Amino acid sequence: MTAVAIPAFTVQRARPPWLRGPSLIGIISLATWLLVAVTLPLWSPHTPTEVVGGRLLGPSWSHLMGTDALGRDVFIRALYGSRISLPVAAIVIISAVLVGTIVGAAAGFLGGWVDAVLMRAVDITMAFPPILLAMAITASLGPGIRNVLIAMVLVWWPIYARLLRAQVIAVRQREYVDSAVAIGMSRGLILRRYVLPMAYTPVLVNATVDFGQVVLLTASLSFIGLGARPPSPEWGAMIFEGATNFYQWWIAAAPGIAILLVVLAFNFVGDALRDTFDVKDLGR
Amino acid sequence: MTVAGRQRNDEPILHVEDLRVTFRTAAGPAPAVRGVSFDVYPGEALAIVGESGSGKSVTMLAILGLLSGASVTGSARFRGTELIGLEPSRLREIRGANVSMIFQDPMTSLNPVLSIGRQLTMVMRAHQPDLSRSGARARAVELLDRVAISQAARRCDSYPHELSGGMRQRVMIAMAISNDPEVLIADEPTTALDVTVQAQMMELLADLRRDHQLALVLITHDLGVVAGATDRIAVMYAGKVVEYGSVEALFADPGHPYTRGLLECLPRLDIRHEVQASIAGVPATPMSLPPGCPFSPRCKYAQPSCSEAEPVLAPHGQTLVACSVLTGVAGSR
Repeated sequence: MTAVAIPAFTVQRARPPWLRGPSLIGIISLATWLLVAVTLPLWSPHTPTEVVGGRLLGPSWSHLMGTDALGRDVFIRALYGSRISLPVAAIVIISAVLVGTIVGAAAGFLGGWVDAVLMRAVDITMAFPPILLAMAITASLGPGIRNVLIAMVLVWWPIYARLLRAQVIAVRQREYVDSAVAIGMSRGLILRRYVLPMAYTPVLVNATVDFGQVVLLTASLSFIGLGARPPSPEWGAMIFEGATNFYQWWIAAAPGIAILLVVLAFNFVGDALRDTFDVKDLGR
Repeated sequence: MTVAGRQRNDEPILHVEDLRVTFRTAAGPAPAVRGVSFDVYPGEALAIVGESGSGKSVTMLAILGLLSGASVTGSARFRGTELIGLEPSRLREIRGANVSMIFQDPMTSLNPVLSIGRQLTMVMRAHQPDLSRSGARARAVELLDRVAISQAARRCDSYPHELSGGMRQRVMIAMAISNDPEVLIADEPTTALDVTVQAQMMELLADLRRDHQLALVLITHDLGVVAGATDRIAVMYAGKVVEYGSVEALFADPGHPYTRGLLECLPRLDIRHEVQASIAGVPATPMSLPPGCPFSPRCKYAQPSCSEAEPVLAPHGQTLVACSVLTGVAGSR
């Protein structure tokens, strides 16, 4: 009898959707931007405010995206813009998620008049278009990147509060929460360990998608003169400078492309995360 | 309690008297529990039997203060401590530590994001704050072992989705007994399980009861489960106890027509069934209680007088029965 060789049985595991296709491109793109933002001062030939040569020079090998009206390297400035936009977006999103979590969890878990009061505050904030409200707040606080930051947190938290509240209410009615109560767990512990972990996914997915939106809104506010002031290499402010030199297209194009790449990358990753953790399938 | 059960000298561990629960609904008040009284003695097992909507679960939830938005009156004393209206922090100390409860569906009763060992230690440390992490962990393994989960030390790090329904129910039981409670309330603990697993679960509960002097309150609609596992039975219908007595007496000589109906519904191996017996009619709901005896519209033996006054529990044979035709005791209202 001859032995028959049975080939080894191997299971190939599919990569999760957020590590495939557009999402993978998005992740690589974001990783590159992050790397650039962190290491830029180490290898950049110029600083963002350094005058490197002639004014309004077109793209060339020594200045990839030419120079602006003051003779600064536009490409280098566009790269430096990531050192403003990315941290601003991160701070805004993290703060908004934190505030939204506290408000949403309190409203959903406590219910009653707490819920009513907090959710009316959410309704009032969300009644205004975000950009309009952000403009109004920044204008009243005075222009500057710090005030833009405050304004955007104030505009953004209600989204997460409402989202988390709905999830908390849904999770709160699960039987394992009842059984935790029946077994004598304290409310704080139940909220932290039993309700929030199950309620959090849609908030995190939404936050990822919103990253791109915040980058865009920061640039918008700077563009209309409410955010970063010259000579800061903020993308929105740079586009504004480009708008005054309309025939030197590269001045506005460089920061514009930068915004496009970052927003697109966040959207790719966010969409894939949304598919992976589809809100409709949550909590089974 | 002389008629319903053995002569007892010791104090009941759980004493429930005239418990009433009313839900406020858009269509008016719904009296789900209408004056229920019973006692549970240390180490004893009491079954509360009834159809869906008879108020058996609501009764036990009300005792532990787990109902929100319902008005609860009457008295439920655990070792002399009144539980109805007790402040939430005191009630929380009693839940789990003195009186534990396990629920019907083990598939949804465990936290899906924590390992079962973590959940067990959390329950223990909630009631014993000075218990060390490693001590709690060791005790968790011991408990899993106690409820017959093989390879307990390894299973400790499993998440609920990795376990079968029977194993999850065992974990639920382990959590319920982790703080050495004196009373365990099991709300249809076997309904969601296969019949073979049901038997194992009842055996486990019986073992625990014997080893830990645990008083068991078993809520079920399955008289077959009750027969071997409990000492006394309270049969509930439309929010009231209609018959109350020892298992032997109640099975041998059921008084109330409803109890008889339930027993007739049990399939038997020694009789050929052409048609499986059932109780005709629709169960009374809290919103549409018939006048007088709530069971009278479905009762084969109903007399005109049955719809005049609601019968009260009175001795009949070996049990207490709420049926004025049988006991001759006129009802109230």
